[in-house]
Amino acid sequence: MSTVDYKRTRLSGRGIPVVGNDIDTDRIIPARFLKEVTFETMGEHAFEDAKKQNPEHPFNSPVYKGASVLVVGQNFGCGSSREHAPQALMRWGIGAIVGGSFGEIFFGNCVMLGIPCMVVSQADLEWLQREIGRAPQTPITVDVDKQEVRFGDRVIKATMPDGPRNQLVAGTWDSTAVLLEAGGAIEATAKKLPYVAGF
Amino acid sequence: MARTLLDKVWEAHTVRTLPSGQTQLLIGLHLIHEVTTPQAFQMLKELGLKVRMPERTFATLDHIIPTTDQTRPYADPLAEEMAVHMIRNAKDFGVPLFDMSTGKQGIVHVIGPELGLSQPAMTIACGDSHTSTHGAVGAIAFGIGTTQVRDVLATQCLAMAKPKLRQVRVEGALAKGVYAKDVILAIINRLGVKGGVGYAYEYAGSVIERMTMEERLTVCNMSIEGGARCGYVNPDATTMEYLRGRPYAPVGAAFDRAAAWWSSMATEAGAAFDDVARLDGGAIEPTVTWGINPGMSVGVNQRIPAPESAPEADRSTFREALAHMGFEAGQPIKGAKIDVAFVGSCTNGRLSDLRAAAEVAKKGKVAKHVRALIVPGSQQVEKAAEAEGLHEIFKAAGFQWRKAGCSMCLGMNPDQLVGREMSASSSNRNFIGRQGSPTGRTLLMSPAMVAAAAITGAVADVREILR
Repeated sequence: MSTVDYKRTRLSGRGIPVVGNDIDTDRIIPARFLKEVTFETMGEHAFEDAKKQNPEHPFNSPVYKGASVLVVGQNFGCGSSREHAPQALMRWGIGAIVGGSFGEIFFGNCVMLGIPCMVVSQADLEWLQREIGRAPQTPITVDVDKQEVRFGDRVIKATMPDGPRNQLVAGTWDSTAVLLEAGGAIEATAKKLPYVAGF
Repeated sequence: MARTLLDKVWEAHTVRTLPSGQTQLLIGLHLIHEVTTPQAFQMLKELGLKVRMPERTFATLDHIIPTTDQTRPYADPLAEEMAVHMIRNAKDFGVPLFDMSTGKQGIVHVIGPELGLSQPAMTIACGDSHTSTHGAVGAIAFGIGTTQVRDVLATQCLAMAKPKLRQVRVEGALAKGVYAKDVILAIINRLGVKGGVGYAYEYAGSVIERMTMEERLTVCNMSIEGGARCGYVNPDATTMEYLRGRPYAPVGAAFDRAAAWWSSMATEAGAAFDDVARLDGGAIEPTVTWGINPGMSVGVNQRIPAPESAPEADRSTFREALAHMGFEAGQPIKGAKIDVAFVGSCTNGRLSDLRAAAEVAKKGKVAKHVRALIVPGSQQVEKAAEAEGLHEIFKAAGFQWRKAGCSMCLGMNPDQLVGREMSASSSNRNFIGRQGSPTGRTLLMSPAMVAAAAITGAVADVREILR
């Protein structure tokens, strides 16, 4: 038996804020870095162009080195389905994301990697981003099970839809094994479809 | 109770309800390409698993292939390595591959419908967000990431929650010079780039009903740009006529039985939606994006909006967009100088798109300072366009006639913007850095508008050229 603990109940660390709405996956990892047959080097290229264009980008700052909770705005990860984006963030060190809303494919990809994406209010995300900037060493805890984020003394309501949250808390987000359990029911479902059975 | 196509397709493809509450959904067609699959096949090998239904899986090469010299090995060793992996994985796992030698190669979202692989009431998945394209034939089709590609390869299933459903009704009649691209840009502008998160879009109304299949493909293609992971049009007579005779469509009496089943899966009259949005098709102008997401667009005769006109939460993005694009609020979009013109992509790389661009190309020559590329969406599109002489029209007007691929839509091959070049593009994304240069700039518009910009050297109103 594997001793890896797949349960993603709670994660504690330090925060890193990336301010702005509609930050797309091309911005997280430009397409020219997708020409790889593994994900191994992706972490080096997280926000590569944004970092070059903006020396103040948080991913450039030594203050945030070792941070594991990314705090973002609305519609983070919109655009391309490239899993290279969450892979890049994960390999950089991000273990959980807190934001206003998420691109749907990006959100699903994060769950597949065991990365919770928690939704907080606009006021709370702005407060978190500001306070992390002010006191970057403050511990932040993302509690997936209780659906809250704790920063210093404050507890913030943070939500995630039941399905993916249950997967993370139960440790069943690595879904291949779960899907395989259906066994012959997969072929049985297929055979009932006229286009599989033959019209 | 009247049911929707989404309800019926979801039910027919449900294997079981998972302990998490999600649906284990059977995927009827899995399309794969070289960029988002090598890691998935590697994971499969490590797990010692086979492809569960190789006969329901089809591969192509599109994202990285050069559109000039396609002799192997490719000049770019990284591109060559990706091609080698795709070819080897397809062979090792028994998956059919449409490579250059087949004459059927092309952008995955162009060849699926073109070959009749994509059919009504199917579930379709592909490791590419523009999989929503296939919804045009009445399929529930969505983009997935690489680990989900592994799941579909290994189990032919995905763990998914059923989305909510918004019907988007476009009524009235489109004016001359207004195309499907303008319709979807107008929809995204109206409903927002995140308006569709959590929803599937059902496109309906007289404008959509009158559209050809290729026009519907353009509309559904950009559903994801509005946040909706999938978008579809109910199958109708246009769908049946489009599919009849395609290589993978049923034939003879089987086609009639298929058509009957497909029709039975369409949304029933009186079905309820979680939301309904209505647009007046007659009010849509030729549309151009001015910013850094596909929702930031205006009619060609309008001015670029001021950040103050946007909701407060979006104003910083507006300011960032103006700074990146080098535009001032209040500036007319018409007349904005361009450096590059690109007609192609899974959004607008089909025969009707090339015809529309060629009609405009006949009216002039590409401006001296403009580099203009026409990239067919597939080898079959290329062949059909050449058969009617479109390539000669383009070449005579100073456009480069290229081979099929994703090309400058995302610049993973040598077709890229350089520096701050401004591109008039028939593709789907104007994100910062999207077309290969970190500082490059993109103006999205219809293929006819791209051709108009190419010959004018600046954003132009195609209606004035076609008049």
